[in-house]
Amino acid sequence: MTKIHADTSRCIGAGQCVLTDPDAFDQDDAAGIVIVLRPEPPDDAAVTRARQAVLICPSQALSLEQ
Amino acid sequence: MTAPHLRTTRTCPFAPPEEHERLRDQETPTKVTMPNGEQAWALGRLDHVRAMLSDPRFSSNRWLRGFPTLTKDRPQDVPGRHARRTPLVMMDPPEHGEARRAVVGEFTVRRMEALRPRIQRIVDDHIDAMLAGPNPADLVTALSLPVPSLVICELLGVPYGDHDFFQTSSATLLSLTAPAEERAAAAEALHVYLAGLIARRREQPGDDLLSRQLATSDDVEALVSLGFLLLLAGHETTANMISLGVVALLDHPDQLKAITTDPSRTPAAVEELLRYFTIAEFATSRVAREDVELGGVLIRAGEGVVTLGNAANRDPAAFPHGAELDVERGARHHIAFGFGAHQCLGQNLARLELQIVFDTLFRRVPSLRLTEPADGLPYKDDATVYGLYRLPVTWDAP
Repeated sequence: MTKIHADTSRCIGAGQCVLTDPDAFDQDDAAGIVIVLRPEPPDDAAVTRARQAVLICPSQALSLEQ
Repeated sequence: MTAPHLRTTRTCPFAPPEEHERLRDQETPTKVTMPNGEQAWALGRLDHVRAMLSDPRFSSNRWLRGFPTLTKDRPQDVPGRHARRTPLVMMDPPEHGEARRAVVGEFTVRRMEALRPRIQRIVDDHIDAMLAGPNPADLVTALSLPVPSLVICELLGVPYGDHDFFQTSSATLLSLTAPAEERAAAAEALHVYLAGLIARRREQPGDDLLSRQLATSDDVEALVSLGFLLLLAGHETTANMISLGVVALLDHPDQLKAITTDPSRTPAAVEELLRYFTIAEFATSRVAREDVELGGVLIRAGEGVVTLGNAANRDPAAFPHGAELDVERGARHHIAFGFGAHQCLGQNLARLELQIVFDTLFRRVPSLRLTEPADGLPYKDDATVYGLYRLPVTWDAP
């Protein structure tokens, strides 16, 4: 099972994960820090979006555990 | 061997200089000579640029010796520069992280989306005014510049009556033709203005970014610096992308049709246009604080690194057929907003403005066209931020 991991200490609040998959990610209102709404992508399409979020994240705060 | 001079001008309006793509396609980064005679490492591969911008051993501090600059002088040698507070874009960790976190909540995806109705209104009002005015018109003054200008003014809480001063001063400051003294005077006037505005907001807080920052911080100088940065960064960049995007879409009617028939494609088209032009491609330059091995070369402490951002955004390893505009390619991994901890704070605001402008403009003025050939327009190929000085357009009267 693929699992999304977020290192909130690295996050810079750019929100690129939210643009990539709003079902999986959100930002807190105060500092825009990532909130993982759904750590386990339910299907292949969601895994693909999670991979894209990892690639795009500018602070490399996101990673995937297989 | 002498290092080739870095070219900062584009010969084709829709492409980086060919040398940049040649430099990118070499096996390892190579040195180039900057306009002031200093040398810097040129990075053109997307993976190299991303690695460099993620590495805290590279500094954003433009006052450090060796920082690559596009001007003939060296910024660290210009007197008076150190007097001002270090702006966010020049901070390194840990100072940078703290300062950015204090303001980034203002730019979340949710907050930007909440601005949509207001931005839509601003865009509609300006298109109304353009259609009611002379035909042909200059789209830069009719739409491209005033829209981001008004949006950033509203975000900062600049009163409507002060817009003229605000727009004139910032236009002078951003001009390449205004003499240095005039630009310095405009910068000073804006600093004084922002300090006054912040003092008023302290007495009478409003529903704006500066008022909210004041609620948690007493550091007025830091707020002036932040206001200045947001004004400058949120202005010319988006304006240029509006103009360039309009030209590119008019020049590629099939691509334009893709978004006019299905506006859900516009966000992807915006990403592609951002990639294709990469208007602030040298803004991601850095200087090494210690020796770093990158891409097979040893970059020594104190050596500058200049990013060939447009060439990197056409790197065939990341963007097949990168010289072609393809609004459906899925270009979101571009580095037009930079990468790493400094990635553009206002990127989601820029995206929103561009999406609304393109959707609204081509829906409301479907007969919009250029009155001059696209390749003969006055492009800002001598500026650090690429764009257009003027964009003459016409349309069929209803």
